[in-house]
Amino acid sequence: MRGRANEAIGGIKLPAIIRTEGLTHVYSEGTPFRKVAVGNINLEIEQGGFVGVIGHTGSGKSTLIQHFNGLLKPTSGKIFVDGVDIWENKQDMRKVRFDVGLVFQYPEYQLFEETVYKDIAFGPKNMGLSEDEVDKRVHDAVRFVGVSQDLLEKSPFELSGGQKRRVAIAGVIAMEPKVLILDEPTAGLDPKGRDKILSQIKEYHEQQQNTVLLVSHSMEDVAKFASSVLVMNNAGIYAHDSIQNVFSRVDELEKMGLSAPQITKVFYKLKQKGFPVDSDVFSVKDAKNQLQKMLSRGDSGKC
Amino acid sequence: MLKDITIGQYFPGESFVHKLDPRMKIVLTIAYVVMLFLTNNVYGFIISVGFLVLSYSISRISFKMILKSLKPIVPIILFTAILNLFFVNGDPLFKWWVISISAQGVKLAVFMSLRVIFLIAGTSLLTYTTSPIELTDGIELLLSPLKKVKFPVHELAMMMTIALRFIPTLIEETDKIMSAQKARGADLESGGIVQRAKALIPILIPLFISAFRRAEELALAMECRCYHGDEGRTRMKQLQYSWRDAFSFILISVLIITVILINMFIKTGSF
Repeated sequence: MRGRANEAIGGIKLPAIIRTEGLTHVYSEGTPFRKVAVGNINLEIEQGGFVGVIGHTGSGKSTLIQHFNGLLKPTSGKIFVDGVDIWENKQDMRKVRFDVGLVFQYPEYQLFEETVYKDIAFGPKNMGLSEDEVDKRVHDAVRFVGVSQDLLEKSPFELSGGQKRRVAIAGVIAMEPKVLILDEPTAGLDPKGRDKILSQIKEYHEQQQNTVLLVSHSMEDVAKFASSVLVMNNAGIYAHDSIQNVFSRVDELEKMGLSAPQITKVFYKLKQKGFPVDSDVFSVKDAKNQLQKMLSRGDSGKC
Repeated sequence: MLKDITIGQYFPGESFVHKLDPRMKIVLTIAYVVMLFLTNNVYGFIISVGFLVLSYSISRISFKMILKSLKPIVPIILFTAILNLFFVNGDPLFKWWVISISAQGVKLAVFMSLRVIFLIAGTSLLTYTTSPIELTDGIELLLSPLKKVKFPVHELAMMMTIALRFIPTLIEETDKIMSAQKARGADLESGGIVQRAKALIPILIPLFISAFRRAEELALAMECRCYHGDEGRTRMKQLQYSWRDAFSFILISVLIITVILINMFIKTGSF
């Protein structure tokens, strides 16, 4: 995965599924509350990538992603999905929304139907699909997010918080979007629930070969699941690069109020202290390998 | 979109108008309305308008905001204007079939519309320069004499505070839910009335559920902080009248008296 992201950035161009040109969005123009939420953003998101989007609160992440499916209209600039300017033909906007599925923060608050089944079917039905196709998609979607089939006829309001979240995500996945954007899908879940949801999304991504954007505050999650990282800072893009290239800039990230994964920081410090380790360690698994290598060589430096 | 609604929108500032005591601001607003309705003469009108322009300039609220506050009541203004235009009897300027327009009608239509416009512009300034909390504090204190007749002033004020406090929250929430449902392809903009009403279900149900949830959470939080109504409750910010309030009070009194005098003695340009 990581290799592929590097390729995309280092020369061989994969087709961009989402591209923006000078995208700018200003809130409350003409009032004392005027605020530039995103300013002059030019970016390309390659088809088939799993992109982690990080940035501190208020850096413009949520505003940016709401432009990708046309929920927000840019104050200036253009957005292309699959090569088509989405604001050129407003009638096609709904189609754009089916192509770019967006799961909001705390999506469980948007559940409204009598049964879980009907709620998940809301998106596919809006697409005008046949009953059979809707039925198939609902069942596929619940399988992807790991909700048991017997919950389908229950009211979504009877479920637990974690289950509601899965059902809400399934509601978007059931539209089988080419791009799936998730805005902090794990906020407020316990660690076990977080890992499970993210692994399922990763699995879904690998099976469907679609593009996934994951907005997250957890550097660990991004390092573990994403293939490249988009760093937002002060309404602009600070970096858009592979996991390796971004998280090796530990100092810069810290200055922005972000950080690298904890394990990366540990290895960064170790390296600074003169241990013969790589600081390109982004997961506990990598760390284990590195340490084993170092110890088996027996050249643990000062130890 | 929904965020453009300005009811109760407060623009923080440090101006003379912002610093006025909310009680005095409410009294001034009422006095201004009284003045508008006392006026039946062009000169009196100039005084009201002058007062309005002065207040807006020193409060540093943009005049554009007046237009914004007027937007929702344009139909009402048009309605009054048209009624006045056609149904006031007088010397006909224009006659066709049963329709006749008189000079008096035109005058009154213009005058009534202007009156409504200035009324809304003036009262909007109150909410633009006073935070909702200050406003309800002011209302509570102004109405406090009614406590003697067992009128639940404090409870009403608290309800108003909470309601005002939750307007932006609920608007934001509605916006969010609308976006979320649109992201799932909900079509809110097309179709007939029945279809549009049906399209609101996916928005209203989550909105109601979240409003109830918020209400419950708020009640719990208030009880955790030992809220038990008015009795023995003290204020962090005590309201105090200052020279500004005295000055404004004198100014508006003088203006009202002038308007009354103009009404009595100047007969030209009256309506």
